[in-house]
Amino acid sequence: MKGRAARYAAVAGAGLLVLAAPFLAPAFVTQFTFLWLMIVFALTWDLMGGQLGYNSFGNILFFGIGAYACAVFQRDSGLGYYEALAIGAALGGVLAAAAAAFLGLGILGLRGHYFAIGTLGLGIAAGEIAGGWDYVGAGSGMTVPLFPGALAARSLFFYFTLAALALATFLTLRWLYGTRFGLALNAVRDDEDKAEAMGLYTARLKTAAWSLSAFFLGISGALAGNLIGFIDPRDVAFAGATYGVWMVLMAILGGKGTLWGPVIGAAVFHITQEIFWTYLLGWQRVALGLLIVAIVVFFPQGILGTLREKFPGRFGSKAEVQ
Amino acid sequence: MIDNFLLLFDYPVLSADLALNGLLIGAVFVLAAFGMALVWGVLNIINIVQGEFVMLGGFVALMAAEAGLPVLLGIPIAALALFILGWGLYRLVIFRVIDRDLFVSVLATFGLSIVLQQLSNELFGADVRTLEAGLGTLLLFDGAVALAQIKVLAFFLALGLGLLLWLFLKYSRLGQAIRATAQNPRAASILGIDTDRVYAATYALNAALCGAAGALVVMAWAIHPYIGLPYTVRSFLIVIVAGIGNIGAVVAAGLGLGAFENVAGFIFGTEYQIALVFLLMVLVLVWRNLRLQRKRMYLK
Repeated sequence: MKGRAARYAAVAGAGLLVLAAPFLAPAFVTQFTFLWLMIVFALTWDLMGGQLGYNSFGNILFFGIGAYACAVFQRDSGLGYYEALAIGAALGGVLAAAAAAFLGLGILGLRGHYFAIGTLGLGIAAGEIAGGWDYVGAGSGMTVPLFPGALAARSLFFYFTLAALALATFLTLRWLYGTRFGLALNAVRDDEDKAEAMGLYTARLKTAAWSLSAFFLGISGALAGNLIGFIDPRDVAFAGATYGVWMVLMAILGGKGTLWGPVIGAAVFHITQEIFWTYLLGWQRVALGLLIVAIVVFFPQGILGTLREKFPGRFGSKAEVQ
Repeated sequence: MIDNFLLLFDYPVLSADLALNGLLIGAVFVLAAFGMALVWGVLNIINIVQGEFVMLGGFVALMAAEAGLPVLLGIPIAALALFILGWGLYRLVIFRVIDRDLFVSVLATFGLSIVLQQLSNELFGADVRTLEAGLGTLLLFDGAVALAQIKVLAFFLALGLGLLLWLFLKYSRLGQAIRATAQNPRAASILGIDTDRVYAATYALNAALCGAAGALVVMAWAIHPYIGLPYTVRSFLIVIVAGIGNIGAVVAAGLGLGAFENVAGFIFGTEYQIALVFLLMVLVLVWRNLRLQRKRMYLK
């Protein structure tokens, strides 16, 4: 009972901290908001890359679909700001999930590095298409409607919506990893042929996982597009070279295939980036590349994976008896 | 779009022009694809840095020409410089990822490609650069089809290098060691082949091939720091269509891709040309995989 009380206290404390953070450090609200976005990125990537073993390099595709779907809806619907944003975000999520289900028909049959490179191709092709398509503003991108209210209210609004989204993603995945579905995902990762032989419908499982990942990413894209205020086809919506790579990196840095790993990875990566990268001037992308090589070659287990190896008693997975 | 498509039939000369120019570009793709097939077959690594090697080869040729050397000398210089770079990268990073999970090598070479791309962006600037080779233009069909002679030279040089590569792999001592290592690294090392050196030489050779391709690209077309990834994807596409060990098929697939890209770029608009390459790759992957799935297999 004592352990449980301590855990409730910790959760309540963390919740209070999340609620109070923008008021405690008002100068950093935007950074905090992007941290929530990064957590969504890492969590949704890890659902595919870590739990299912399908390393997608093109998940940014769903982020972009969400951003564009929401912006187009806001432009054409004629509704008020909040209604249009809410419906647009939902639409973005649903469209992204539908795109994942449709593309999954062919792409999810690919395995290993073929899947990685196929998704990489999809993500870049989407950016190139959006950059040439006049309906969504072609290369000059799209602007979203102005926020009806003060600047401070705007940052708080996006802080709390993205925090809610990150929390919803986290709780959904936490619940999911505890169910049969989560175990089935891990079975596919460990040996897909055997999983299939055991009677799992692997195609359905993979499609469901990718759609779920795409759903949250689509919503995050809709919100991030409005947060940034301007949707550039290659630098915001389908930003493979920044967001697209960061997703993979954060999940690996924190520890692939764990629930908390992506969250830790996102926090560590985002904070490091905010603190150090301003001093690197134009060189931060070079540093990003070096970081990828270093982490992948020397630290593939990630933070949580290493901790688990070193201290299995404290961080190892526990079998719960019910 | 439809208009452009019909135009091709109204003016067959235009089609010939597009297809011929495409074939010539294709020869350069073939060169990069040879390298990719070599590294894939011997080291079992999908080398995402491929396109950055092409891009760097272009910049080396550009610098050599700016230093006052004859323009065409830039081709061997680029190959040599990239050979050294490839060797260095192998000693620094690649040897660590050879026996690891394929995802590790894909991601590690992807990281390297970001490093090289951003470094050249910082060092050379983001501008589109080109190099005038000083050769004339070849006119065919009473002047209706114009081919820059440098492109024709690039075509024959690429095919010639391909032939040399084939002879090298077939008859030279190192070439035989490379093929032996590709077949079975363990057996090769038991027979006294220094497989680590073979890997290094293979990787450096790949970089040199790409460097030569890049020098041709900068003379016949243009380069900029972000041109790499499309070249990587093209070589990957060519290799998955042609297979790893088949040099003739690589040539056919590369030339075909060049012609397809040029004609399709004309029909759909050049702004979609890169997107078309990437989508074609996805379609080829999915199509090949669906065919294998009938036999309950998948692409490996």
